[in-house]
Amino acid sequence: MGKYQTFRTSKVSFLIEKRTVWISLILLVLCIVAAIISAGSGGQPISPLNVIKVLLGGGKPMDQVIIEKLRLPRIVIGVLVGASLAVAGAVLQGIIRNPLASPDVTGVTEGASLGAVLFIFLFGGAVSIHWMPLFAIAGALLMTALLYVLAWKRGVEPLRLVLVGIGVSAAIKSVSYMLIISGPMALAQRSLTFMTGSIYGTSWDKDVMTLLPWVLILLPLTWLQARNVNIQALGDDVASSAGARVQRQRLLLIALSVGLAGAAVAIGGAIAFIGLMAPHIARKLVGSSFGSVVPVSALLGALILLVADVVARTAFLPNDVPAGVLTAAIGAPFFMYLLYRNRNRS
Amino acid sequence: MRLALYLLLSLAVLVIALICSISFGVTDISLRVVWDSIIHGGTSNEQLIVRTARLPRALIAGAVGASLAVAGALMQAITRNPIASPSTVGVNSGATFFIIVAGAWFGVSGLHAFTLVALLGAAISGTIVFTLGSIGRDGMTPVKVTLSGAAMAAFFASLTQGVMLTDGKMFDQILAWLVGSVAGREMSQLAAVWPYMAVGMVIALFLPRHLNVLAMGDDIAAGLGQRTAHIKVLAAAAIILLAGAAVAAAGPIAFIGIIIPHIVRYMVGTDYRWILPYSAVYGALLLVAADVGSRYIAMPKEVPVGVMTAIIGVPFFVYIARKGRTRHG
Repeated sequence: MGKYQTFRTSKVSFLIEKRTVWISLILLVLCIVAAIISAGSGGQPISPLNVIKVLLGGGKPMDQVIIEKLRLPRIVIGVLVGASLAVAGAVLQGIIRNPLASPDVTGVTEGASLGAVLFIFLFGGAVSIHWMPLFAIAGALLMTALLYVLAWKRGVEPLRLVLVGIGVSAAIKSVSYMLIISGPMALAQRSLTFMTGSIYGTSWDKDVMTLLPWVLILLPLTWLQARNVNIQALGDDVASSAGARVQRQRLLLIALSVGLAGAAVAIGGAIAFIGLMAPHIARKLVGSSFGSVVPVSALLGALILLVADVVARTAFLPNDVPAGVLTAAIGAPFFMYLLYRNRNRS
Repeated sequence: MRLALYLLLSLAVLVIALICSISFGVTDISLRVVWDSIIHGGTSNEQLIVRTARLPRALIAGAVGASLAVAGALMQAITRNPIASPSTVGVNSGATFFIIVAGAWFGVSGLHAFTLVALLGAAISGTIVFTLGSIGRDGMTPVKVTLSGAAMAAFFASLTQGVMLTDGKMFDQILAWLVGSVAGREMSQLAAVWPYMAVGMVIALFLPRHLNVLAMGDDIAAGLGQRTAHIKVLAAAAIILLAGAAVAAAGPIAFIGIIIPHIVRYMVGTDYRWILPYSAVYGALLLVAADVGSRYIAMPKEVPVGVMTAIIGVPFFVYIARKGRTRHG
């Protein structure tokens, strides 16, 4: 017994770091605790014990309705959105090799927002909301394609990608604002909430069922790519001399990251800084091997969003502040800390 | 001599653009009426439109454009960073956030108060970004400044949206202002901001020689006897006055501060004695022209001019980022 546990079948074999397993378990427990607190708090408080009773199928009928119809979908969405954003950020940081990169800094979320805002304005309530992720992902993809083309100069250099992203996202954002202004006020409120990021008022069939398939497909796929991310992290020259097809793998990885971010934004809106924070904390906890970073950042992302949502909707009662405001309020100081930490990195 | 002549010529073009801005719109107004109503007053519909709507709008567009462009040029000079500008380093979004919080939570009203609050916001956000961008062994690199600017901008933007969403009555008033627009402004708004812009411009007037020396690098400038810290603080004060006042008047209008100094450097070279006045004139020209254009795209509705400048500005930004000089600063 060493640091690693080996799994072997006739086709595949892989190593699992024990530390990662332990940390994941602890985070899982924390997530469950946060979920129980989240299910119990709000305008109609329910004690943790009663929450657990409801979850196990008992409890008072009133509590059942509140938890199962209103609060549980919100929690599930929080977990899915947080995990997707975190993994999307982990992938970007891995391939851009810049710890400051994340879907919000490079403008991928802005693109997804624009797609979703367009959807709200073009179809209002006329078309089923199930199509919204498609629009958001399309927006994120177009944005990324644009970024890729604009930043391409004999290959895509990470830093140029980030800089171009900042510029393009500013323009995209102002186009979103213009749409919001030109439309009716009711849609404006909805769109702006969306651009800030909130998991308010989510439901089982509309939101959870829309997002779940995307997460279930993309998250494991990303995990399978862990090897390639690890190689990319060594730098373009080393990676290509190790036999990696750097540009092609990078394209695939970016596509995965965009898919995750786009799907998450479609449901949760542009919740900021989770994609930045979670992977960092994950790397601090389990090191930089991507196979460990993916599950741990997913759990961390879920945890951060759950906690942010509980605080945002209880601390300012009767106002239900969008969770995105709170993640930004924690995220920006974190970003500054990162800049300070990396001050001597060129 | 040649440059002075061109500057005069550009100034003449700016005057023509201002006149166009007063005369063209949903109702076109003849030049004679424009002239008449400015000089003699009068109370006919057209004369009122000119004096209460078109003239303030044109003048504010000019003043804001000039301020943002000069602020951008100064910023690029003291940071030696080709992609610095009031919008990319988060100064605009800081000013915006402070104005909205002051309005929504502290019941601040009145243009003078809002202008002061905007200046405060610009100062705080600018200080944070530049401090963060300059820590570390290799000093202030363009990438660090830009990244911290982007983070601050994202931070303030979400907080701004949070405040707006929880405070319903601010919502519709602020939304239009948030994109950056010079429509529907009154003369009193110009009166509230122009003193700050004027002070900023006067400070900028004294700086060009020193900026030329500073352009050779901090070490050389210090070796030549310049107190570089003094110059940078003065320039920063000018930037904050100019950018803060511009945001108070027109909202966060993006990219003027980045496009204009580049065009100007391409035209007149690296001498800041020419770059600053040219920036002022061309910044004003760009915003006035973009504002006139914004009336025709979706007539009779208007596209906010901030969207226009963002769309014009992005290709420039991308071009500058691609040139690759940004990497090593």
